[in-house]
Amino acid sequence: MDRFVFLVGGGVARGTVLALFALSLVLIWRAARIVNFAAGAMAVVAAYVAVGVAQATGGWWWGALAGVVAGGLLGAAVERGLMRYATTPLGGVILAIGLVMVLQSALGIVAGPQHVPVAPPVSDQPWSLGGVPVGSPYDVLVVAVALGLMLGLRLLFTRTTLGLRLRASAFAPEVSRLLGVRVARMRTVAWALASAVAALAALLLLPTELGLNPHATDVLFVLAFTVAVVGGLDSPGGALVGGIGVGVLMSLVTGYLGAGVTPIAVLALLVVVLLVRPQGLVAGVEARRA
Amino acid sequence: MTPALTVRGLTTGYGGAPVLHDVTLEVEPGALVALVGANGAGKSTLLRAVSGLLPLAAGTVALAGDDLHGVGVEDRARRGLAHVPEGRGVVVELTVDENLHLGGLAAHRSASARRAAVDEVYALFPSLDRRRAALGHQLSGGERQMLAIGRALVARPRVLLLDEPSLGLAPQVVAQIMALLRTRCDDGLAVLLAEQNVAAALSVADGGVVLDLGRVVAARPARDLAHDEALRHAYLGF
Repeated sequence: MDRFVFLVGGGVARGTVLALFALSLVLIWRAARIVNFAAGAMAVVAAYVAVGVAQATGGWWWGALAGVVAGGLLGAAVERGLMRYATTPLGGVILAIGLVMVLQSALGIVAGPQHVPVAPPVSDQPWSLGGVPVGSPYDVLVVAVALGLMLGLRLLFTRTTLGLRLRASAFAPEVSRLLGVRVARMRTVAWALASAVAALAALLLLPTELGLNPHATDVLFVLAFTVAVVGGLDSPGGALVGGIGVGVLMSLVTGYLGAGVTPIAVLALLVVVLLVRPQGLVAGVEARRA
Repeated sequence: MTPALTVRGLTTGYGGAPVLHDVTLEVEPGALVALVGANGAGKSTLLRAVSGLLPLAAGTVALAGDDLHGVGVEDRARRGLAHVPEGRGVVVELTVDENLHLGGLAAHRSASARRAAVDEVYALFPSLDRRRAALGHQLSGGERQMLAIGRALVARPRVLLLDEPSLGLAPQVVAQIMALLRTRCDDGLAVLLAEQNVAAALSVADGGVVLDLGRVVAARPARDLAHDEALRHAYLGF
């Protein structure tokens, strides 16, 4: 039982990071009907900015702030300069894959392929409760930041006029234009928001991985994509449910069956969800009406 | 008096051969003009061209005398041109209240002014008032139509383009909507109403424009059109 509690705690922490990254995919899917296959590579670019600023200033938080801003600016630039010209969903996917190659190659040239260690801003050594490890201060920080950001995004989308414009533009672009909403601008804002969220997710994950390198978020992207599909690509709530579910599943499978089985378990979950409930566990309105 | 809406020599289509040919019409402030014709005559296409969703191959559209050439869809809405598209265009994922506030975002910068405009619409449509928190997809067809019209009115437009508001609605709901349009016109709103329910449209309209295969074949006072038996049989099917 002690082991189970430890594994679930670790799974929740990792799952919230997956949820954040999946939320980034959901935001772009809702705004532009494009799966942003470049989300991982874009987040790595932002992470390099963050690590550079953190090293220059000596402050992790300054680095995180710079990384999130860089992620947002990169997202806006990618939408304005590239994705706006994708006239079909397939065109968007191809552009995104091309962007991944360009960004990873450029990072390889500029920063090199070596792994840059990233230290956490607080201790990642687990607390012990009666001899049982129950999660670390860093786990708490990750969960608090991720849940706080999700709450903030929820308030933005449901309580502000910007959020109303963003949702309307995503759900009904033509009607929104007829009502005077600048839909193209809202799409840029959605890309900026989503990319900033993905950058933060990558920054939270890096201290628990081997370090920063041009491919540091490849696995994160694959897992987050699984989370988004499991939760429902149209559903921010689904990203949270799916993220924590996948995170806990991975932790339990790794703990009881070994790390080699984990990718198979995640893949099996994806297949089962696609067979039983292809619209995702937390379907949006459109899927529910179908 | 400068017409609220002026369309001159408008020709447009969907990439291939033109759907509309040399269409000319005017709507005065406070007037309701019914745009009638058989299915496929080009009524919806004309409204889409006027609101900027379709580019013009030739001709001009002017709002209160201002040429709208080069003015985008969003800016036409901000200048006072409202378009309720066919199928109502309710954002079904948003609540009634959110839909109405969305309609006022461009016209009312302050939240209090927007709230006041939304409350006016609730006073016009008490059934919407009772369902403020309902999502668009939970509404009946009549409620959706009221919401779409109400959302357009929140912006207090100068010209309202309305596409087939009676489609699929019970006669008493249609009568209620037509009466409301008449009242708003009496308050100064100019309405261009594309409608297949010719009798209902002409019963409240000041003028009528008959479209056939993308061309204007008649433009007269509504009463004259309603009593022109030959025209009714030839183009309007009743």
